[in-house]
Amino acid sequence: MIDALGSVGSLLLVGGTSDIAVATARRYLAERPLRVVVAARDTPRRAAVAEELAAAGARVEVVDFDADDPGSPAKMVAQAAAGGDIDVAVVAFGQLGDPELLRSDADAVGRLAHVNYVAPAVVGTELAGRMRAQGHGVIVALSSVAGERPRASNFVYGSSKAGLDAFYSGLADSLVGSGVSVLVVRPGFVRSKMTEGLADAPLATTPEAVADAIVNGVRKGRHTVWVPGVMRWVMSGLRHTPRAIFRRLPI
Amino acid sequence: MPETAALAGAPRVPLTGWGRTAPTPATLIPVHGEEEARAVLRSRPPRGLVARGLARSYNDAAQNAGGQVLDMTTADRVLDTDPATGEIVVEAGTSLDRLMNLFVPQGWFVPVTPGTRYVTVGGAIAADIHGKNHHIAGTFSQHVSWLDLLTADGEVRRVGPDQDPDLFWATAGGMGLTGVILRACVRMKPIESARILVDTDRTPDLDSLMALLSESDHLYDYSVAWIDCVAKAARMGRSVLTRGRFARRDELPARQQADPLRYHGSVKLSAPNVFPPGLLNLATVAAFNEVWYRKSPKKKRDQLQGIGTFFHPLDSVGEWNRIYGPRGFVQYQFVVPFGQEDALREAMVRISNSGHASFLAVLKRFGEGNPGMLSFPAPGWTLALDIPVVGGLARLLDELDDLVVDAGGKVYLAKDSRVRPEVFERMYPELEKFRAVRARVDPDGVFTSDLARRLSL
Ligand SMILES: Cc1cc2nc3c(=O)[nH]c(=O)nc-3n(C[C@H](O)[C@H](O)[C@H](O)COP(=O)(O)OP(=O)(O)OC[C@H]3O[C@@H](n4cnc5c(N)ncnc54)[C@H](O)[C@@H]3O)c2cc1C
Ligand SMILES: NC(=O)c1ccc[n+]([C@@H]2O[C@H](COP(=O)([O-])OP(=O)(O)OC[C@H]3O[C@@H](n4cnc5c(N)ncnc54)[C@H](OP(=O)(O)O)[C@@H]3O)[C@@H](O)[C@H]2O)c1
Repeated sequence: MIDALGSVGSLLLVGGTSDIAVATARRYLAERPLRVVVAARDTPRRAAVAEELAAAGARVEVVDFDADDPGSPAKMVAQAAAGGDIDVAVVAFGQLGDPELLRSDADAVGRLAHVNYVAPAVVGTELAGRMRAQGHGVIVALSSVAGERPRASNFVYGSSKAGLDAFYSGLADSLVGSGVSVLVVRPGFVRSKMTEGLADAPLATTPEAVADAIVNGVRKGRHTVWVPGVMRWVMSGLRHTPRAIFRRLPI
Repeated sequence: MPETAALAGAPRVPLTGWGRTAPTPATLIPVHGEEEARAVLRSRPPRGLVARGLARSYNDAAQNAGGQVLDMTTADRVLDTDPATGEIVVEAGTSLDRLMNLFVPQGWFVPVTPGTRYVTVGGAIAADIHGKNHHIAGTFSQHVSWLDLLTADGEVRRVGPDQDPDLFWATAGGMGLTGVILRACVRMKPIESARILVDTDRTPDLDSLMALLSESDHLYDYSVAWIDCVAKAARMGRSVLTRGRFARRDELPARQQADPLRYHGSVKLSAPNVFPPGLLNLATVAAFNEVWYRKSPKKKRDQLQGIGTFFHPLDSVGEWNRIYGPRGFVQYQFVVPFGQEDALREAMVRISNSGHASFLAVLKRFGEGNPGMLSFPAPGWTLALDIPVVGGLARLLDELDDLVVDAGGKVYLAKDSRVRPEVFERMYPELEKFRAVRARVDPDGVFTSDLARRLSL
């Protein structure tokens, strides 16, 4: 249960190897020990994350999760909940995709849309069902500023995030009164595994900064956060920029 | 089964405790008698169930997110009384307020009363509450001859200090997790008048307060000190100590002697629901405390006070918990053993330095403990204070917990809304025994609550 002062007792990381997810767990562990369920594909990185979080004081449980497998979300949520209520679930899996490839490879577009939109929507539905029954919980969904106005340079990724964002924003409204809430997180460019080798975009930030925003957002019961915070105003400006100009912006 | 269908369709309502923090929705079911409670049990609710009294616990003890909560306040009949011994048998939803209205005029007072009379007998047993007379009378459960407990198997078991004492002492202080208390036999306390003879002493600091309490507490039936937590340095711990006992009839003024047991609960005013967050800040609290301290007499003897004034001063403002604004507040109450005065002093210093405003703290000396496995009182000093929810509070209280547990102390389950489970385990070494009793009478953990889940009880 999340207590009167917002401290969290159990955390589910869906896409548990994500740098942002791991930073979030570390941020919570800096406050108190807690139960952390790492749901991810069976990789060496998953084992390393489990070990790292246990060393930081977590009671770690590892659960299989593969977004490409349609049966996985239901199984994963059931296994995660078998060990007790889930207070906070962070939906952090996702792929950036190769924009070059995505321009022409329709299969690749379909796969990316599945990982970044279809699977998160299925996971969100499973989590919401579970949390509605338990009468409490917070779902944190990693959206992106890329979804607010998709750009020519990575519009497939952006459009999949736009779908995810719309799904979780609507889910939030559908959960009013259930005791469950949703926090949609919209980071800008984050220096993580996902962006390794890419040049920093303006206002580039870190997984730790995103983790801070998540923890504070959950504690304050926020519905949406941008990271860094000024992104909110930047994006609001960009949303209203005329298309002819927007297309030419070096972003 | 039709009753199951009815329960499944009942709407969920958001519930909180007195501190108004961490609301969760549950299906609230009014219970008038044993059959209704049993029907809920029989429906095997997947999220379990727990009883709820007047919700004066500050925390999530009488909440059960997504599950069933039995509203016991509708079961409030007096079933039997013995005017010779003062033993009464009442349904668990009966409030202490009602008991006072009914029995004070007959010369009987409740054996133990908390700082509010709006608690139920069930809640008083489940939290094993203490009052200003703990140092001589112990807790409420120590005045219970037996109680009827509806357990997970649907049976009603009569338990007492000498009838399945393990189950009795797991239920006393067990926060509703052993079953539903349906009825209890309570031994009331004889009184000759409804007035208390009160001595007041003002002390300039914590050390002089502790010295005075250690010296002369045993001379009084009731004793409690209010401490100013905002005053710093040399004035830290300045306080007003009030102690007393019920007056004998011949100690009343002549005109009151004709009707010495005259009693009426005071009229309640409600605090409006419009207090903005942040209304209580350090400046307003400091100003309040200054006035309060100055207006208290330095030393006064044998002043006659009414029951409400002496025992339940806050009850005259109905829902005063609303003044803390929408974010709510927590109460922090701990006890440290005698000999650990340094820890108490250190806790006071940290609280007053933190700048987290609290009106007043209450300090009391506890007497002997009892076998209650999760019962709070133990010989030592107990301090209780209200703190509005603000950023940074979680860390301060975690640090205070470390100080308290290292001193051999503990926090009170009826008040706690944020202790770490692993620290709680260190505070209550009898937790394992409690779990064993629970495993015996409720192997599937049907009785559960937000508190139970939060602390993995
Ligand atoms: C202003 C104020 C002053 C207070 N002063 C004191 C004090 O001086 N000393 C002290 O000890 N406490 C004090 N308290 C706390 C209060 O006495 C306890 O929290 C008490 O348990 C409240 O009783 P309730 O009927 O409101 O129970 P609730 O708050 O509704 O429930 C408390 C617990 O009792 C259980 N419970 C209730 N009824 C039953 C039942 N029939 N069967 C099984 N379990 C049941 C619930 O499941 C829950 O775990 C104070 C509270 C307030 C608001
Ligand atoms: N980095 C940024 O600039 C940025 C900006 C805005 C939003 N975001 C979003 O934030 C979230 C976390 O990203 P991050 O920065 O932490 O990147 P990351 O470290 O690369 O994390 C993404 C994780 O997704 C997992 N994943 C990918 N495909 C999967 C699949 N099919 N099944 C299961 N897991 C799969 C990966 O797990 P494996 O270990 O199994 O590969 C990987 O650990 C993502 O949703 C991302 O879109 C990132």
